[in-house]
Amino acid sequence: MGYWKEIVEGGWSLVEGMRVTVRRLCRPVVTVQYPRKQLNLSPAYRGHIEFKRFPDTGTHKCIACGACQRACPSHVIKVQGVKAHLNSAKTATHYFIDFSRCSLCGLCVETCPTKTLQYSREYELEGESRLDSIVDLMARLEQRNS
Amino acid sequence: MPKPITPPAVDRVYTLNLGPQHPSTHGVLRVLLDLDGEFIVKADPVLGYGHRGHEKMGENRTYKQFMPNTSRMDYLSGLLYNHGFALAVEKFAGIEVPLRAKYIRTICAELNRISSHLLWFGTYVMDLGGFTPFLYAFDDRENILDILDRVSGSRLTYSYCRFGGVCRDVDDTFLEMTRAFIGRLRSRFPDYHNLVTKNIIFIHRTRNVGVIHPEQARQFGVTGPNLRACGIPFDMRKVEPYEIYDQFDFEIPVGTNGDALDRYNVRLEEMEQSCRIIEQALDRMPKGGPYLNKSVSFRLAPPKGELYFAFESARGLTAYYLVSDGSPYPYRCHIRVPSFSNLHVLTDVFCGTMVADAISILGSIDVVIPEIDR
Repeated sequence: MGYWKEIVEGGWSLVEGMRVTVRRLCRPVVTVQYPRKQLNLSPAYRGHIEFKRFPDTGTHKCIACGACQRACPSHVIKVQGVKAHLNSAKTATHYFIDFSRCSLCGLCVETCPTKTLQYSREYELEGESRLDSIVDLMARLEQRNS
Repeated sequence: MPKPITPPAVDRVYTLNLGPQHPSTHGVLRVLLDLDGEFIVKADPVLGYGHRGHEKMGENRTYKQFMPNTSRMDYLSGLLYNHGFALAVEKFAGIEVPLRAKYIRTICAELNRISSHLLWFGTYVMDLGGFTPFLYAFDDRENILDILDRVSGSRLTYSYCRFGGVCRDVDDTFLEMTRAFIGRLRSRFPDYHNLVTKNIIFIHRTRNVGVIHPEQARQFGVTGPNLRACGIPFDMRKVEPYEIYDQFDFEIPVGTNGDALDRYNVRLEEMEQSCRIIEQALDRMPKGGPYLNKSVSFRLAPPKGELYFAFESARGLTAYYLVSDGSPYPYRCHIRVPSFSNLHVLTDVFCGTMVADAISILGSIDVVIPEIDR
C-alpha cells in the first residue's frame, strides 16, 4: 500500500512544482538585456581610482606624498611629483595605476590627505593586453577637463 | 558510530578521477574514487589547486592591507570573513566600535549569510538535476547583491568592514530595501518548499544519503550547518556570542539524522533565522551617530601576544589566529576554515555509497574550495 501511496503523493509533488513554474511564467521578466538596456550604478560603486577636479583650482590637489602608494597592498600605484621651486609645494606630475592588480579595497582613497582621489564610474573595461589595464590618471583628468 | 568499511577483497578496483577540468577554473576539487562496480570503497580528496598563500601574504602586509584578502578566501560569504577579521583585530588592539557600526555590520553579515545559503540551495538542486530552482534562488540573491552593492560598492568581494566600523554609512533606502527583501524572501519560501522540499525525486536523492554520525562529525571537526544537521546545536553566535548577537532572539535549527535532507532543511531554516536577526537589528539600529572609529592608524600595531578569534561564517566555525610581535605586520596569520574539516569527513562518508550519491553528498556539504586551499 505504501508503494502506491508514494507514487500518488510523489506524482502530486511534481504537479505542485509544475504549478510554481507555470505561475512564475506569468510574472514579469527579471533579467535585463544588457547592451540595449542598462541598470543604474550603485552610488557606492567602485571603479578604478581617478582624480577629483576641485572647482577652486580647476585641477587635482595631489601633492605626490605617496601615502596611497605605501597603503596599496598590491603595489598598484606609482606616483611622482616635483617642486616648481625650492619653497613651493610639491605637485604630482605622473600618476599611473595598474588596474589589473587592484583589489578595490579603497585604502588609497581613505588615506589620501588631500582627498583628491575618488572612484570612477568606469565598468566597461576591456583590452587586448595587460598594458591596456594601466591607467594614466593625469591624462584622464585632462581628458575630462577638455 | 558506524563501523568503518574495509575495502572488499576485489582484485580489480577501478579508480575514477572526479576532478577538475581545468586548473584555472574556480573551485577546483579533485576526488580520487576507488570503485568496486558502482560502489565507492575509498575516496581521497586532492587539494591545493587554488592555493594563493593568503596566510603568508598576511605576514608581509599590515593588518589594514590584509582586509581585501579576507573576502577572497570564501568568496560566497566575503563579508562574514571581513567582519570576522575586523572583530579579531579590534579585540587584539582594543579598538572601540560605534554602536551604529555594529548594527550595520550585523545586518550586512546576515544578508551575506542568506545570499551564501541561497547560492548553495540553487547549485545543490542543480547538482541533483533541477535547473529551475537555481534561477529562482539567483533572482533572490540578486536582490541581496543589489542591497550590499548599494552600501559597499561591490557584489562579491566587499572589503566593507574596517577596524572600528564600516567604510560607508547606510541610508534610509538601504533599510527600506532590506525590509522589502525580507518580506519578499519569506513569500518565496512556500514556492521553494513546493518546488524542492516536497519534490519526491529530491527527497529520494537526499533522505538517508550521506549520513554523518555526530561522533564522526566531532572526530573530523565538522562545524556549521553540517554539524547542526547531526543534532548538535553548536553555533558560535550562541556559544560565544560576539558583536551584538547576544541581544537578538533567534534559534539554532538542528536536524535529527545528519543526512543530506537534514542539511538542506537546516540551511533553509537558517535563512529564516537570519531574517529574524536582520528584522530585530533594523528595529533597534540607532538613527544617527558615527559609523567608523576614525582614530585607527594605518600602521596599527597590536600589543605583543597572540589572539584566537572564532566566529560563525556561512559554512561553520571560522577563526583567525594572529600572533603579533609588536610591529605593524602580523608575525603569523593563520585562518581556520570550516570547509577543510567539512570536506574531509567525506573520506569516511563516501565509503560504501554509490557514485550518484557521492555528487549529492558533496553538494550537500557545501564546500568552497578556495577557502580550503586559500
